[in-house]
Amino acid sequence: MTLDKLVDPDSQTLLEVRELSKTLGGKKILDKVSLTLDKGEFKVLIGPSGSGKSTLLQCIHFLIPPDTGDVLLDGKSAREMSHRDITLFRREIGMIFQDFNLFDHLTAKDNVAIALRRVKGMKKKDAYDRALSELTRVGLLDKADLFPAELSGGQKQRVSIARALAMDPKIMLLDEPTSALDPELIGEVLNVIQGLSESGMTMLMVTHQLGFARHFTNEMLFMEDGRITERGAPEELLAIDSTFRTKEFSLKLSKIQGH
Amino acid sequence: MDFLTTAIFILKGTGYTVALVIGALALGFLIGLPLACLRLYGPPIVSRLVAVYVWFFRGVPILVLLFLVYFGFYSVIEKFLLNRFDWRISFSPFSASLVALGLASAAYQSQIFRGAIQSLHLGQFKAALALGFSKTRAIFHIIIPQALRLSLPAWSNEYSILLKDSAIAYVLGTMEIMSRTKAMAAFTYKHISFYVLAGVIYYILTFLGVRLLRYCEKRTHIPGLGTE
Repeated sequence: MTLDKLVDPDSQTLLEVRELSKTLGGKKILDKVSLTLDKGEFKVLIGPSGSGKSTLLQCIHFLIPPDTGDVLLDGKSAREMSHRDITLFRREIGMIFQDFNLFDHLTAKDNVAIALRRVKGMKKKDAYDRALSELTRVGLLDKADLFPAELSGGQKQRVSIARALAMDPKIMLLDEPTSALDPELIGEVLNVIQGLSESGMTMLMVTHQLGFARHFTNEMLFMEDGRITERGAPEELLAIDSTFRTKEFSLKLSKIQGH
Repeated sequence: MDFLTTAIFILKGTGYTVALVIGALALGFLIGLPLACLRLYGPPIVSRLVAVYVWFFRGVPILVLLFLVYFGFYSVIEKFLLNRFDWRISFSPFSASLVALGLASAAYQSQIFRGAIQSLHLGQFKAALALGFSKTRAIFHIIIPQALRLSLPAWSNEYSILLKDSAIAYVLGTMEIMSRTKAMAAFTYKHISFYVLAGVIYYILTFLGVRLLRYCEKRTHIPGLGTE
């Protein structure tokens, strides 16, 4: 299945990354990286470890401020924003981390509700109603009163997705959402992500799940040494007779994963 | 004077000791927690100033601090207030002891809280920022509630240390347990009996305080947070 039908041909560009560069510890991690995300698009970023994929997502989110370049969300430039505006800017981009990063002292329900109450200023009842609604959406209503230590890895990741969705983000950035999970738990998280993409959420995901990427994404971006070196439709880059670097990487990955 | 009358006189000092320890712990907490946050999250210059504070109060003996506060600090403050506002303040030995012990405890408590905060996964702070929390709100709503729970065991240790340190307040004539014991022992020449009594009182206070804090630990325990 492809998502062409869900992407409005007249849709505007929701996210524009313009020549982002970042140097950390004397090493150039990002080298003038550019990409765009139109409304409803689901793009995947793949590449070897150390290629800068996670740093790119964090720079887009301004969790790590880039050295040069800009990020435009709905036409608004993040570079020109004040410190306070960056905080508001971050609310519009949901971020899912590889290590879930749930708040350990809060139940699943509280994890989802806390930003609604403390950031958006929602009333307690409204925040908890919304939290329970998002937990239902990810299939975890019955786990609402459990603490993160009492949840499996897949459940923790689904709570983190519910927490991000509750803020009504315009786009979602997912940084290897299944890498820290046991193989049998990966499916439940990918099902939720598939559901999000089918509902029209605009997403950029870093992943090694190439099978999922092949079937459910609009475009694949291959990143190496801080640069996006290849981009295209998954079926094109991963074709049997493809000579793309993406194909070479995917074969190595398949070998390691034992497929 | 019979032993029972003297013992009751010493026991009455327990109220002063408890008030002194609770007051110093509270002052240490009110200063120590912000110091820990400033050390970890503040600008580099502020972080260095906090480090200087901690080194000073950890390096100077409590006895010296007591005299510095009572004779030095007090006279400087009073001079300033008198010259500027025509205010005269009363600074009792008890107040001076509380301030000195509190300032010293703040240095140790800031280290306790700093360790607790640093033991938390950095990802939680990042996740809070990603959700739109400002740095301050992330520290207040996400970091501190967890750090306080994790600090309880070490904080209970700080209580027992402070309780024993409070005995040194006798040098200023604060009417706590040690001061009274010393006075009565000197008056009656029954040193062993009264110092054993003082030791027993301190032991009971330590035992009760640590048990209470252990109960608080159990009540506030969250699965997966901390070592248990």
